[in-house]
Amino acid sequence: MRMSSEFDPSWRRQWRIGGEREACLQIINQTQQAIESAGLGGTVAFAVRLAMEEAMVNAIRHGHAGDESLEIKVEVSVDASEISVAVEDMGPGFDPDAVPDPTAEENLTIASGRGLTLMRAFMTEVEVVPPGNRIEMRYVAK
Amino acid sequence: MSEQFQHLRVAVEQGHVVVRLRERQILDEMLIRAIGEELDVVVADAASPRIVLDFSQVEHLSSSALGMLITLNSRLQDRSGSLCLAHVNETISEVFRITRLDRVLHIEPDLASARAALLGE
Repeated sequence: MRMSSEFDPSWRRQWRIGGEREACLQIINQTQQAIESAGLGGTVAFAVRLAMEEAMVNAIRHGHAGDESLEIKVEVSVDASEISVAVEDMGPGFDPDAVPDPTAEENLTIASGRGLTLMRAFMTEVEVVPPGNRIEMRYVAK
Repeated sequence: MSEQFQHLRVAVEQGHVVVRLRERQILDEMLIRAIGEELDVVVADAASPRIVLDFSQVEHLSSSALGMLITLNSRLQDRSGSLCLAHVNETISEVFRITRLDRVLHIEPDLASARAALLGE
């Protein structure tokens, strides 16, 4: 871990993990502790936790088709005003514009496909980086 | 009935079943799968497939948990039953609004109104 310096007062981490649930949880929990240490409250912690959970589940389930032997890269930085998260998988990527709108009337009873919608709703910015195997998100504290 | 469940507290009442979710955060995939399996048992065992799902302990949930709720709702409808959610907090209500699942799932403020809604149907 690189802690704050004069020029870069943010908490930054980068991990490369397989798709094991325990490793994902450790990353989420460490990030939650960093958010708490930065003095940010429960709403921020929930938004980031939800977004990280959704992004990592999507990477494993869709990017890697459930193959836990493939590697996911996760980058997080936390400071008192902003949290940035990037999750990258080894899959071919996806086109976010091709994902069916889960809020459309005909899709409301489909059990899956709401992860990206929730990430976009709870984070300040969400970008799916072409070819679509990397998602970058920012939460700007008000 | 509740003794056999790790994640649920189940109370069989007249004409319906009240199921309290015991977890504070329903985010983890493994946990969601386990809760879904326990709910399957409740539905299979229920003489009357009318279920009140009590969210009073739940603070957060993920999109996978939403999928579990949609599946439960569909399964109950297939058996001519019904599902009603109660004590849903503001954060989770927001999730339902964003995803427009408040149009699919029946949500009542508390157990009394949920019971009334189910038994009045």
